[in-house]
Parts: sequence; structure tokens; C-alpha cells
Amino acid sequence: MALLDLRERTGYLFVAVTVGHIILISAQVNTKRGVPMLEAVTFGVFAEVQRGAGAVISGVRDGWEGYFALQNVREENQRLRQEVGQLQIKLQEERALAQQSRSLQSLLDLRQASDLSTTGAAVIAGGASPDFRTVTIDKGTGQGLRPDQAVISPAGVVGRIIMPSARASKVQLLIDRNAAAGALIERSRAQGVVLGTGGDRLRMEYVSSAADVKVGDLVVTSGIDGIYPKGFVIGQIESIERGAGMFSAIVIKPAVDFTSVEDVLVVLTPPPAADAIKAGDAPAGQTTSGGRGSTSSAPPQRAEEPNREPGA
Amino acid sequence: MRAAGVLVAIALALALQTTLARFVVGGTAAIDLVLVVVVYVALTTGPGTGMLAGSVAGLIQDALSSGGVIGIGGLAKSIVGFLVGVIGQQFIVTAALPRLVMFMAATVVHAAVFMGLYTVLGVRTFESPYAAVLSQALGNAAAGMIAFTIIEALPGMMERRRVRRRL
Repeated sequence: MALLDLRERTGYLFVAVTVGHIILISAQVNTKRGVPMLEAVTFGVFAEVQRGAGAVISGVRDGWEGYFALQNVREENQRLRQEVGQLQIKLQEERALAQQSRSLQSLLDLRQASDLSTTGAAVIAGGASPDFRTVTIDKGTGQGLRPDQAVISPAGVVGRIIMPSARASKVQLLIDRNAAAGALIERSRAQGVVLGTGGDRLRMEYVSSAADVKVGDLVVTSGIDGIYPKGFVIGQIESIERGAGMFSAIVIKPAVDFTSVEDVLVVLTPPPAADAIKAGDAPAGQTTSGGRGSTSSAPPQRAEEPNREPGA
Repeated sequence: MRAAGVLVAIALALALQTTLARFVVGGTAAIDLVLVVVVYVALTTGPGTGMLAGSVAGLIQDALSSGGVIGIGGLAKSIVGFLVGVIGQQFIVTAALPRLVMFMAATVVHAAVFMGLYTVLGVRTFESPYAAVLSQALGNAAAGMIAFTIIEALPGMMERRRVRRRL
């Protein structure tokens, strides 16, 4: 200040005196809203100061929280990652358990709805050769299983037991090229034989060219083979080729996804072929199984039989 | 010492303004003796003293005036004192005419700031103040010229009187 000459000091003094007067005037004059001008200006200025102070404090806080306070975050991050991994594994286990529970519930429903004597089994292995479509289940002769017992699932027919051991059995899937089952078209009651192709489709043969067959018709077991109980779903007709001969060539899409079969039911009391034939002529809603001749409504997995005579 | 003299001059001006001026100019404020003192102080001492003198005198005048905003007169006289002081330092204003012009210009600037602030703040309005401002400028100029003449003649008169007593 000592270096400033008189004129500069007078200038500062002039500014100070002017500001002082303005402040004095502002304290006495009200704004249009009735607030003293000094109060309004002071508030406006102080609000900006507060805004600036808030920004500074916020910046400091952000800097602290974003840098200094993150010293232990790495350890916490690793710990949380481990927890997330464990939780993901647990979640997968829970999902698997839920899926298994749903599958078993379906089997239980099928078992309760059906009047057949069945036992549940789990698929424990697939076929050893791609030429033979088989799976291995965890039940064998120790649990009462015998060859040619039908294996079913909630979706429909799976296959039949071809080689039981004491604690496991080999099941020939219906899509195996050596597999066959007596079948009928659920809508028209036209009968035939469903054969495996070795692929993912089935073939129905010995259906008369004159029979009432349409694409989309449901094909169910007829029971005449003495292995598969009557009325269980095999699949849906995907295509029909009416040849020049007596029979049509029908391709069926299986109801069962054979690549994802996990739990199945083994029918312990297969129906005699004779009774099955008789049952095929039985009135609607009447099924006979295991030679017991029980009468009941068909289970959900068994196709509903229309109220008509077979072959009508 | 100089500050005390300025304060005394201001006090005298206020006293005269509130008593004699009314009788001299028929009750109208055609002369502002306080402003004359401020301009005189600014011309003789410089912008700093002129500004402080204007500030103090204006504040006192505002305080004595009822119904006004305290500070507006002070601010107007501060600005006038500062500007007159600056001009007085930059130019030679010892002749009669420049002083006359300075007094008149100071009156106009003071009126402009004073009335302008009141108008801007919406406290008072002034309808056609030009004649009043002009008459006040002439009155102030006359009073200022008289003041300068008396004060500058005073030391010579005292000296001549002292010489006469010796003879």
C-alpha cells in the first residue's frame, strides 16, 4: 500500500465510500416484493457463496470418498467377488434342485393319476453307440424290473427295458431303429405300428391309405403290443405321404425330447396284448391296464379318448 | 486541522441552509450551501478530502431531511466532491469563469445523481426538474463565487487592517 500514490488511494477510498453508501441505501429501500434491497442482495450474494462453498465441500468429499476412502476397497472387492461366486454356485444348485423337484413332481403326478403300478427311476447314462438309441436307468431286477417293461415320462412314451441288471437297466428308446410300438391315431382311431428311425423322428406304418389321418393328429399307444399301456402319447403327425399302395407313410414328431430325459417311470404291470386289444374296442374313457380292468379317467399325460368306437 | 475546518464549514453551511436560505429565496431550495462547501473543499484540497466532505455532509443532510433515504445525498455529494477534486487537480480553476462552471456543473451532476437514484429506486419522482436544477446551479455558482471571493480576500483585509493600526 505504501507504494501506491495518493491518486490510487483516493480511488480505493472512493470505491469504498460509494459501496458504503450503496449498502446504506439498500438497507432502506425495498424491492418490488417488499424485501429490503440489502437483504435481497445479501441473500443473493451469500447464496452464491454458499453454492461455491457447497461445491468445494462436495468436491473434497467426492475426492475423499473416491480416492482416500477406497484404500480397503480392493480387499472388499475380492471378498465380494468370492461371495458372488459362492452365491452363483448356490443359485445354480437351487435351480437344479428346483428343476429336479419339478421333474419329480411331474412323475409323481403321472403316477398318482395313472392306475398302473410303476416305479420311478433316474437316467444315469446314455447309449454307448450312436447306432443304438438307449439310456441306462438306476433301477434293475432288484427293484422288480424285467425285460419289455414300458418306460414312460410325463411327456409320453420313452421306450422299453431291454436289459435289466441287478441295480440298473438298459432302456431302448422308442426312436431306436429296432423299436416299435402298437399305436393308433387318437382322433380317428386308425391303428398302425410306430417304428423308430434311429433319428429324431418316428415312422408310423400299416395305416390304411383310406384312413382318416391329418397332419397334427395325436398318436397314442394302442396297447396291442403287450408292452406299452394303452393311451400314452407317442407324438404328433408331422407329415403324410399317401403312396400308391395300401398304406400311407406317416412321419411322427415324438412327444418326448429324448435328449433331455432325466426321470422316468417304469410300468411294472404291462397289459396283456389280448386285454389291450379288447381295451382298444372299449368305450370311451375306459382303460384297462395290468389285467386289472380298472376303469378310470385317463391321466393328463394319456391322450383323451374321443367318444367313439375304434376305427370309426 | 484541515479536517476540523472542513467540519466547521459543513456545520455552518447546514446552519445557514436551514435558517437563512429559506428567507433569502422565499422558502424554495434554490441554493444548496452544503454542496457549495463540498465543491469549495474539493477544489481547494483535492478529491479525497472533497469526497469525504461530501459523504459526511450529505449523510448529515439526509439525516436531517425527513422522508428521504439516508445515503442518497451522501453518495451524490461524495461523487461530486471526488469528481470536482480530480478536475481541480487536472486543470487550473483559479479564474472566476472556470470556478463558475465548476459550481454549475457540480450542481447538475449532484442533481442528476440525487434525482436519478430516487427515481431508479422508485422512492420519489421529480417532474420537470430542469428549471429548478438550473436555478439551483446559478444560485450555487453565485454563492460559491462569493465564498471564494470573501475567503481569498480575507487574508489581505486582515493585513491592511493590521498596517493601518500601526500607523
